[in-house]
Amino acid sequence: MSPEAAVFYALAALTVGSAAVVVLARSLIYSAFALLFTFVGVAGLYLMLGADFLAATQLLIYVGGILVLLLFGVMLTHKLYDLDLRSEVTQFLPGAIVAAGLFAILALTAWQTEWAGGAGRAPAATTRDIGQLFMGRYLLPFEAASILLLVALMGAAMIVRRKPSA
Amino acid sequence: MTLQHYLLVSAALFALGVLGLLTRRNAVNVLMGIELILNSANLNLVAFSRFGTGNLEGQLFAVFVIVIAAAEVAVALAIVLTLYRLRRTPNLDEADILKG
Repeated sequence: MSPEAAVFYALAALTVGSAAVVVLARSLIYSAFALLFTFVGVAGLYLMLGADFLAATQLLIYVGGILVLLLFGVMLTHKLYDLDLRSEVTQFLPGAIVAAGLFAILALTAWQTEWAGGAGRAPAATTRDIGQLFMGRYLLPFEAASILLLVALMGAAMIVRRKPSA
Repeated sequence: MTLQHYLLVSAALFALGVLGLLTRRNAVNVLMGIELILNSANLNLVAFSRFGTGNLEGQLFAVFVIVIAAAEVAVALAIVLTLYRLRRTPNLDEADILKG
C-alpha cells in the first residue's frame, strides 16, 4: 500500500468512525466531541485533495465556531447538575433501514458510474486563486453571502433576546 | 486514490447524517446530523473539483456551504434555546405547541 493510500484510509476511518459515534453515542457530550474528530478528518481529506485554504477554513469555522456553538447549545438546554446528558433514540430500525438503503444507492452510483475524467487539478496553493475569484467573477454571491450572514446573526440575536419588560 | 474513494467516504457520511437526523430526539443532536450531511456535500464538491475539470469552482461552492452552515447553526440554536425557555425540553417531539 502506498503512503498516500495509507493516509487516506486512516483519515477515512477516522471520519466515518467518529461520525458513527456522533450518531450512535448515548451521551450528547460524547457526540459533540466525536464531531470534533469528524471535522478534523474531513479537513485532512481536504488537504489530500489539495484544498489547503478549505482545510484551514474547515478547522477555523467548524471546529472553532460551529462546534463551540453546539456545545453552548448542549450546555444551555440542560440543567447544569444534570450530569448524564442522555439523548434518546427513537424509531431506530426504520431510520437505519432508510440510511442503509441510501448508502447502498449512493455507493453503487458512485462506484459504477463512468465519471468524465478531466485533466484534474494538480495540488497547488489555492488561496490566491480563490481570493481572486471571490473578488472578481463571484463578487455578487460573495456579497450576498456576507449579507446573509449579517441578517442571520441579527435574527438569531433577536430570537433569543428576552422581551424587554416595558 | 481515485474519485470513487472520496465519493464512498462522502456517501457514508451522508448516510450517517441522515440516520442521526431520523433517529434523534434531541434538537442539538439533530443539528449535528445536519452538519454531517453538509460536510459530506462539501467533500463531494472538493473531490469533483480535484479530479474533474480542474478549476476551483467546487472549492468556492464549498466555502459558500460553510457560510450557510454557520448561519444555519446560529439561527437553529436560537430557536432551540427559545424552545427550551418555553417548554423546558430540548426534545423535538415535545415541540407541538402549534398543534391544535
